[in-house]
Amino acid sequence: MSKILWIALIALGLVAPFIVYPVFMMKLLCFALFASAFNLLLGYTGLLSFGHAAFFGGASYITGYLVKTSGLTPELGVLGGTLFAALLGYLVGSLAIRRQGIYFAMVTLALAQIVYFIALKAPFTGGEDGLQGIPRGNLFGIIDLGQTYSIGGNPVALNLYYFIFVLFCLGFWVIYRTINSPFGQVLKAIRENEPRAVSLGYKVERFKLMAFVISAALAGMAGSMKSLVFQLASLTDVSWHTSGEVVLMTLLGGVGTVLGPLVGAFTVVTLQSELSSVGSWITVIIGVTFVVCVLLFRRGFVGELGRLLKKSL
Amino acid sequence: MELSFQTVMSQVMLGLNNGVFYAILSLGLAVIFGLLNIVNFAHGALYMLGAYVALLGFTSLGPLIGMPDFHLNYWAALIVAPLVVGAVGIVIEKTMLSRLYKFDHLYGLLLTFGLALIIQGVFTNFFNVSGDPYEAKPEILNGAVNLGFMMFPKYRLWVICISLVVCFGTWFVIERTKLGSFLRAGTENPELVKAFGVNVPLMITLTYGYGVALAAFAGVLAAPIYSVSPVMGSEMIITVFAVVVIGGMGSIMGSIVTGLLLGMVEGFTKVVYAPASSTVIFLIMVVVLLVKPAGLFGRES
Repeated sequence: MSKILWIALIALGLVAPFIVYPVFMMKLLCFALFASAFNLLLGYTGLLSFGHAAFFGGASYITGYLVKTSGLTPELGVLGGTLFAALLGYLVGSLAIRRQGIYFAMVTLALAQIVYFIALKAPFTGGEDGLQGIPRGNLFGIIDLGQTYSIGGNPVALNLYYFIFVLFCLGFWVIYRTINSPFGQVLKAIRENEPRAVSLGYKVERFKLMAFVISAALAGMAGSMKSLVFQLASLTDVSWHTSGEVVLMTLLGGVGTVLGPLVGAFTVVTLQSELSSVGSWITVIIGVTFVVCVLLFRRGFVGELGRLLKKSL
Repeated sequence: MELSFQTVMSQVMLGLNNGVFYAILSLGLAVIFGLLNIVNFAHGALYMLGAYVALLGFTSLGPLIGMPDFHLNYWAALIVAPLVVGAVGIVIEKTMLSRLYKFDHLYGLLLTFGLALIIQGVFTNFFNVSGDPYEAKPEILNGAVNLGFMMFPKYRLWVICISLVVCFGTWFVIERTKLGSFLRAGTENPELVKAFGVNVPLMITLTYGYGVALAAFAGVLAAPIYSVSPVMGSEMIITVFAVVVIGGMGSIMGSIVTGLLLGMVEGFTKVVYAPASSTVIFLIMVVVLLVKPAGLFGRES
């Protein structure tokens, strides 16, 4: 993809807190990373996980606990959450890859439900309330992430924003590198034709598991970031609704496109904040979007655009 | 806690009561999966819809059609709700699912997931999430019967019996009749069956309708036991998915037996170690995946 586009996107990210509501922007970055991580699995390996909320939400609980109760600095909290998600991804992944296709989706959904029950019942997760009032803390023990600067009369947590932005770029870079590496080529081969990849001598199981772990770890990182931004880790983050949402973001933006998940996350997060007044009708709207997308629009925004431009985006 | 025969048996019987719901729902999923090759995520939502047809038929239908004294009674609801939901299913299949057969099967799952969100969302907006009681349980099913080792509620016994009749009836039709042989042949090779002059698209539509009608039937049966709530289906469907993974969707009898067994195991867990009862089915799924990945009744592919 062209360098100019990347530079423009990074520049946009850097000036964004001065233009749009920063909390919205941070939420967008979290979900964009989440969807991109998910897309690595669905779009580039052809595996539909219906349990990614377990990694996103699980990591957000771990980060919340590490920062709030153990008093770790935020970067260690995020690291802890990410490592936890990677480990969980290894466990879930090694079970789930034993089945294919539709069963894979059901297995991941069911395993994620175990994580949900643990989050509901475990002594350190706060049950129905979740973990509230997670401190943002001092980055590396020095930079206060909670500090706000006045921009246009509004207090903006700029330090936090740039921390989140850097993490997003890091995560996105890892995904981009993975997709465009020889390893990524093998993943695509598995997606296109698994038996053929096997016959070419690739240990397909190992590649799938590896992709699953990377995807889970980065989904976890997104969840860790989310718990710092909203200072909250809640049951919603681990519920199947969240798993469904990330599927929708990816589908809407374009499965198997680099920029699709960003566009999809932007669309869904915007929908949610614009339509917050309609209350629980939002579920219906999300459902309708799903149906329309599946019936008419399977390539998603970016996929359709790519088809028009005859280019892979 | 003392493990007396009676406490164990009563929990196992109550578990069997849940088990018949798992059995009917996973049976419906298996029937649909066999012919359509999709996993019907909307199954839970349609189960919930069935319960609401019964509830609203009893409380609101009369006033709505200008006959305030009219109440759809329980027995009528057992027939009407599956018909209504079956019709909804037929519409869903005709207008939406049928467009997706030529694409990846995952799209069917995603579409029905969207439908589940829509149905559940609409009901959440109009009804109480904590649920409404269904008070049309027939007089004759009140009270309890003595099973020798325990007093068991008559209604629950009725649910177990009628569900077994429906499950094994379905099994009989599919495995032992001419109609069922078309269905099984369609599962194996739809193109060939078409060549013999069987109207396969119609068969697919009716199969989906029947599968979701089963879900609605279970919904009506559940209405007097659990309160009728918009989330009753989504709580159920994930467990049923685990049941389906354990049993494998390849076999009709397999899905029935797995459903019944897991219900009883769940009940038994309640006596032994209550906190694990909500996760035991998922844990069994993990073990089955480790030991026999294709599922207990699944065929190795």
